[in-house]
Amino acid sequence: MDTLVGITGKDFVITAFDSKAVASITLMKTGEDKSRELNSHALMLFSGEPGDGVHFSEYIERNIKLYGIRHGIELSPKAVASFARRELADSLRSRKPYAVNLLIAGYDVKTDKPSLYWIDHLASSVDVPFAAHGYGGYYCLSVLDRYHRQDITEEEGIKLMQKCIQEIRSRMIMSMPDFIAKIVNKDGIRLVQL
Amino acid sequence: MAGSYDRALTVFSPDGHLFQVDYAVEAVRKGSCVVGVRGSDVVVLGVEKKSVMKLQDERTVKKICMLDDHVCLAFAGLSADARVLVNKARIECQSHRLTVEDAVSVEYITRYIAGVQQKYTQSGGVRPFGISTLIMGFDSDKVPKLYQTDPSGVYSAWKANAIGRSSKTVREFLEKNYKEDMTRAESIKLAIKSLLEVVQTGAKNIEIAIMGHGGVTERLELAEIEKVVAEIEAENEKEKEKSKPSTSQQ
Repeated sequence: MDTLVGITGKDFVITAFDSKAVASITLMKTGEDKSRELNSHALMLFSGEPGDGVHFSEYIERNIKLYGIRHGIELSPKAVASFARRELADSLRSRKPYAVNLLIAGYDVKTDKPSLYWIDHLASSVDVPFAAHGYGGYYCLSVLDRYHRQDITEEEGIKLMQKCIQEIRSRMIMSMPDFIAKIVNKDGIRLVQL
Repeated sequence: MAGSYDRALTVFSPDGHLFQVDYAVEAVRKGSCVVGVRGSDVVVLGVEKKSVMKLQDERTVKKICMLDDHVCLAFAGLSADARVLVNKARIECQSHRLTVEDAVSVEYITRYIAGVQQKYTQSGGVRPFGISTLIMGFDSDKVPKLYQTDPSGVYSAWKANAIGRSSKTVREFLEKNYKEDMTRAESIKLAIKSLLEVVQTGAKNIEIAIMGHGGVTERLELAEIEKVVAEIEAENEKEKEKSKPSTSQQ
């Protein structure tokens, strides 16, 4: 049910997720943060089994932090994604695997490149220019196919994200009122108003 | 199980000493000197750096380690033992955040480290850690904290303290010169001044880490330390000048 969207641009990644916490057919609350900051330049969005996402992402967050403190240098987004994927893959082969889908948005301060990793609950990971998880993806991926360019600016990125969300809101039968958007760029991670 | 009764190396001697712990304390006494000074809104750790060999990369010798964003540890004694202890402490810091969604308090992590050190005085097949540590940090109350741990597993809080080689001299110096509510500059100066009591070679063998508001840690560059050292030397000269005429009058 959850929708996660991520779009890379020239020097940033913009991500958005619906902030609904749902139990069965009931909306329990809005304003739920379905993201965790793994380090200063990597953001993880999660959807799927409620609880699994929070548990898994916080576990990854703490391990990435531990790496940073141990080595005095932060992991690159690619390394973060590889680590998360591996943890998910190991869990998949355990008695009770995590049922989570992930988007990892990062900005590599070494190479000055933004990157977005799409990881599903079967632990396949792809580096993509834009991505979505959940039903929302059915509507916004076509919009992104049509309008996304690799060299869009942050302003255009926000506009494009608004367009995607507009499409989701107008086509999906569920109401999708509250999206929260975050941008990752060279300065770090920040919340943006859509 | 045969042979397991004598696995513990740390057994009491008839006069109530644990020799292995005493030897560990001796290893600390041989280690390079570390001082910690608490100011009004700052804590400073200073260590005596061993001169590295000509071809050695000095960046790889780390005597001041971050445990978490807001906690920092310096040690005197066996570096290899410290690495193991620091690793345990770092994992505990993140584990604590994961389980209770809060950063550790400085007292908590000190107690944890002291707990590990104590365990190694009472378990079979191990020897005590040959290190004492000074731990500085900030809790959510924004008050600077300074703690010490010993190989025996004792821990205590301090306003200013020294461990390692000639720590007694340095502690006495600190007792004489410590003032309440020191500013950042005063705290740094006192730390360096007290280290100079035992470090003959001056600024290039001193390393300083400062933790300010909210646990922001920074390390002083060599040039900055040299500046403070020069300042201290100038003051000492002045003191000498002052004391000279007074002695001649008498």
